[in-house]
Parts: sequence; C-alpha cells; structure tokens
Amino acid sequence: MKHTIAILVKDHPGVLARVSSLFNRRRFNIESIAAGHSEKKGITRITIVTEGDENILEQITKQLNKLVDVIRVRDLPREISVERELALIKVLTKSTDQRSEIMQLVQTFRGHIIDIDKQALTIEVTGTEEKINAKLKLLESFGILEISRTGKIALSRGAQRILN
Amino acid sequence: MILSGTEIVVECLKREKVKVVFGIPGGAIMPLYDTIDKKATFTHILTKHEQGAVHAADGYARATGNVGVCFATSGPGATNLVTGLANAYLDSIPIVAFTGQVISPLIGTDAFQEVDIVGITIPITKNNYLVMDVKNLASTIKEAFYLAKTGRPGPVLIDLPKDIQFAKTDFHYPEKDRYVGYRPTLKGNLNQIKKAAKALQEAKRPIIYAGGGIINSNATSELKELVKKTNIPVTTTLMGLGSFPEDQPLSLGMLGMHGLYCANSAISEADLIIALGTRFDDRVTGNTKQFCPKAKFIHVDIDPAEISKNIKTSIPIVGDVKYVLAKLSQLVEPKEETEWTDKIIKLKEKYPLQYQRDDQLRPQYIIEKLDKLTKGEAIIVTDVGQHQMWAAQYYQYRYPRSFISSGGLGTMGFGLPAAIGAQIGCPRKKVVCIAGDGGFQMNIQELATAIINKLPIITIIMNNGYLGMVRQWQELFFEKRYASTCLDGSPDFARLVEVYGGKGIKVVTKADFDSALGEALSSKQFILLDCIIPPEENVFPMVSPGEAINKMLGVNES
Repeated sequence: MKHTIAILVKDHPGVLARVSSLFNRRRFNIESIAAGHSEKKGITRITIVTEGDENILEQITKQLNKLVDVIRVRDLPREISVERELALIKVLTKSTDQRSEIMQLVQTFRGHIIDIDKQALTIEVTGTEEKINAKLKLLESFGILEISRTGKIALSRGAQRILN
Repeated sequence: MILSGTEIVVECLKREKVKVVFGIPGGAIMPLYDTIDKKATFTHILTKHEQGAVHAADGYARATGNVGVCFATSGPGATNLVTGLANAYLDSIPIVAFTGQVISPLIGTDAFQEVDIVGITIPITKNNYLVMDVKNLASTIKEAFYLAKTGRPGPVLIDLPKDIQFAKTDFHYPEKDRYVGYRPTLKGNLNQIKKAAKALQEAKRPIIYAGGGIINSNATSELKELVKKTNIPVTTTLMGLGSFPEDQPLSLGMLGMHGLYCANSAISEADLIIALGTRFDDRVTGNTKQFCPKAKFIHVDIDPAEISKNIKTSIPIVGDVKYVLAKLSQLVEPKEETEWTDKIIKLKEKYPLQYQRDDQLRPQYIIEKLDKLTKGEAIIVTDVGQHQMWAAQYYQYRYPRSFISSGGLGTMGFGLPAAIGAQIGCPRKKVVCIAGDGGFQMNIQELATAIINKLPIITIIMNNGYLGMVRQWQELFFEKRYASTCLDGSPDFARLVEVYGGKGIKVVTKADFDSALGEALSSKQFILLDCIIPPEENVFPMVSPGEAINKMLGVNES
C-alpha cells in the first residue's frame, strides 16, 4: 500500500542525505520525494511517497523520529488530506494542426502552455498523480520529448497542522 | 572569555568531566593536540591505530558507564574509526569521537587526507556534526555528549576543520539540555505498566529475557527486586550477561545460538516473556516464526523503534527500564515459587553445560578455572569468536559491567584495545582479556599501548591455529572444507609480548595453565598466556541457522 509521509526537519546541511540514507539503509522504498521551506523559518518540509504494509510504515515513522534533525513525522492518508504534483511536459509538434489539437487538449484538461516553439510545446499540469498520468497518456501519441515531475506534496484537510 | 576552537574543546571536555581520551594525532588535528599538551585536564592515551583508540574508548565506556572519548585526524585517521563507531552503535555504547578535517575552504576539493567522514558515518552514529563556525562549537559538543549518554546511548562524531580549531570566539557553555527533535521517553506509560503487572500476575510460565539495556541504565538492583518479589526465572542475552547474578537459582544463564539449552528450552515453553532492554536479535530468536510460539510478549525498551520490529509485542512499554522496573515491582503482587520454578530448576540440573573433562587443556576448563579463582569479580573482556562464546558460557557473571564484548557487530580485534580502556577506567579491577589467535592479531599493535601504560591486564589467548568459529561452521555446514581458516604463520605470542616489554607464558597442559594463571593473578604487569587448545574443539550447544532455538546441536542430559 502507498503512503504519503510529511517530515518536518531542521534546515541543516545534509539533512536530506540523512533521511534518504535511512530509507536506503533499511530498504524502505522512496517512490517520490519533494522538499522545500515550511511555514516556519529554519524548518524544511519533506514529503515522501513510499510503499509498504502497516508494519513497514510504523518502522519508517519510528526510525525517522530517531534522527535528531527530524522534528515531526506524519502519515497523511488520502481521505484526510489534499495532495498535488506538478509536471512539465515537452511535446513534439509536427504541424500547425497538431499544435492546435494539443492546445485544445491542454485547455480541456486545464493545463497551461508555458513555452512555445516551432517544434515543441511545454505544458504545465498540476493534479494528483493519477491525473498527471492520465494527461501523459493523452499526450503520448504526439511524442513526448521530456518530462519533469516534482513528486507529490500534501497537506492535511481542515485547520490542523503538524507543528503547533 | 575569548577562546580558540581547540581551547573550547579542552574546556568542554573538562565541563563534561572527561578524565581520559584515546587517540592519535595527524595533520588536521595538530592544533588540538598542541592545546592538549598545554592545557588539558584529562589524560591522553596514545594508541597505535585509530581503531585501537575507538575500541579503547568503547571498553572504557562499558566498564565505567561514562562517555568514552577518542580523537583522530582527517582522512585515514577518521576512516579507521569507522569499525569502532559501528561497533558502539550496534551495542548502544556512548562515545564522542572528534576528527580533524581539512581547512573549510578546501572541503569538497578532494584535498590531502580529506574524506567526508560525516557522510560516511551517518548510518553508524546517533548523530554527527561538521562544525563550520567556531561559534557553534561549544553547543555542538554539549549536544554531542547529551545525545551520546541519554536515551538509547550511542556514538556521536564531531568533525573539526583545522581553521575552525584556530578560530576564536567568546566561550559560553550552554546550560540547557533540551533539544528540538530529541526527547527520549523515560518513565513509561503507567497504564501499560499496569497491564504488564496484570499479565505477570496471570502468567503461569513467565520468563524474564534481559538484555544490555539493564546494564546501560544501571537497573540491575531493580531487576533483582522484581525477581525477588515474583520468583520469575531470568535468562539474559550476551549483552545482558551480568545484569542478573548467574549464581542465583532462578538464573538460567544466556540464551540464543550458543545459549544454554535450559534457557532456550524454558523460554520456548513460556506463556509470558518479559523482554527488558533487548531487541530480539536474530542470534537470540533463531527462526522468528518458531520463536516462543506459546508466549505473549511484554517489551520494555527506551527505543520505540525496537518495539515490534522483529517480534510482535502485545504489551509494549517505551521507557527507561530502570524506571519501568521500579514501577512494575511496586505494582505487582508477590508470587510464590510454583511448579514452573521447580521445573526450571530441574531443567538446569538436567542440562548443564558439558564438555570433555579429560587431561587435555580445553578452553572450557580455562574459563571455569578463571571463574573459580576470580570468583566472578574480574572484568572479562573478549574478542569475537569461539573463545567469546566459551567465556560467555563458562564464566559465572555476577555483576554488571563484568562482561565486555562486541555483541551486535561481532568485531574481531575488539578485545585487546577494549581491555585497555576497561583497565584505564577501572584501575583497581582485575581485567582479563580473552582472545583467539585470529582476532588478537587484528589489533595486536595495541600491546605497545597496554605495556607502555603499565596496565596489568591478563591476556589469555585460546590458540587453536584456526579462525575457529568459521572453521566450526565449515565443519558443520561446509563438509569440513577448511577454506582459508588455518592460521599458519602466526607468531609465538609469548615471545612476541616479551619483545614489547611484557610477560608471556606459553601454556600447553592443565598444570601449566593452573600455575600460569596463579602467577598472572598476582602479577602487577601485563601478562599474556598463550594457551594451546585442541584445534577442532567446538562451541556447543548450538542452534543451526534458521532453526528454532530449542532445537540445539550438542545437548546431552547429565
């Protein structure tokens, strides 16, 4: 089963290495990892998507908590959280017709065109992992040149927060 | 007070009441050594290899309960600490290691003697630091000592670039010892402890399974108290030897792969297991699927990650075993001796340890004799291998910190330097280092350290001419193909010690041993007994890999 885990860590050099080294060392899987500033200065928020049963999730949480640079670890089950991923997709455009076909498609699935060129279009898509996968599938037939995905980020629903 | 980085280190070590440091200087840590020479309030013991320094700090910590401290230079000095840090990490031993580092502008350039020791030691330290600003040095050292000794103890490393050692700043030693992201649970949840007390009351065949946590948290008297009140038999792990006196009728001795059959058999019959400061290591449980099938588990540990990691626990208690045991003893009703305790006592009589008691000098005889003459009052420090298991089985441990051994990592070469640390930490105790002829040669250079410091350590080498434990496995599981286990070319250890300036005796017969041990025990100098033992003596009983622990090889009824 997939889990999304939010980890609040001290913004120290090497902290990502500590977290990823732990996953590697204990053979926990990292499907995606995203990191950036949190609402509090000096604290970074890492979101990791991982796969495993309840026991593995429990071990991941406990082992992460043992790292001194880790302040909080929270599992974010789908039912009680919102999640998004951003993808940039560069698509080959062989003709004007094809270009307008793609642009129409992008408009329908509420993506944005952020770069345009004679041979290519770059599209920005935001959504759940499934949504992005679906869009990629749609664009596949045109010829995808490059993809860059951020990995999932997530917050719990409502006024709850991890740090008090 | 304006101090340089190195003066800050010296001042902080004074505040942490550090009495001794083990280490070796080198380019990147020269400023620190210069300051030690001028200002240090602690003794510095120069070892001959950095691995010797870290193992000595480890042995010191195990023998005294204080934090062990070691110094090494950058690059190879730092990487030579790696095995010792991993060793301390797996056995939860408090160590603070300082390493020199190249000057900060050169970090990342593959400079001379530069390695990323912080990166290398991430998975084998409790935490580690690269100090890039001298202003953070004092607080980093304070935090390092606090982390090393509190919660589940462990090694911490501080990497000090050479320019930071020279840099100056105003010195303040922080008073606070609370850190964001680090707050070990000590007391244990009262409801859980009540549940444990109830389970204990209802259990018909309870057993206490005690580990190194009892020793780390100085909880031996609390354990004795609980046993006195409840008459529950106790078995200990290798790391837990000495946590409960083995001369007590309710002591079953060590369990596990080379544990006593009575211990393995009793725990397999138990309906309730009270696991205290221990982590269900594979050397204890054997096949986890067949481990104690009739039992439910109470597990007390300060590290929440150990709970239900290997074995599902029904009553987990996260806390310091000392607090938890005191509370549990208070809550539990007294229990009388029962059929179960009778059965345990009979099991012990029926299945004692056995070996061939003939005219030959056998390793088991050596340990028994040592036990008889020292009455369990020596500190036994072992290396790793067959001799370690004989020392664990045949010596009767009665006191905490009387057995010092590399448990989790199984580091050959640990024994001699650890004995040096133990003897320096406990100058009035008799320290006996027991080693094999293989492992002893892995840190043999530390003979010089022991002898120059006039340490009256007794070293007993169980010399069988083999890497004995590997040879035993080759005999049992590889059809006696002794691939690369024969140690041809070893020196005459007794003569070698003489060259270093110590005393060496070659021992071949039982009579030789009796007189040599007598001499060693009254000697005030470093003395080594090179004991020639039967080359193919095996450690029994034994659980084969993948077996249930009550299915042991080499068990005979008395």
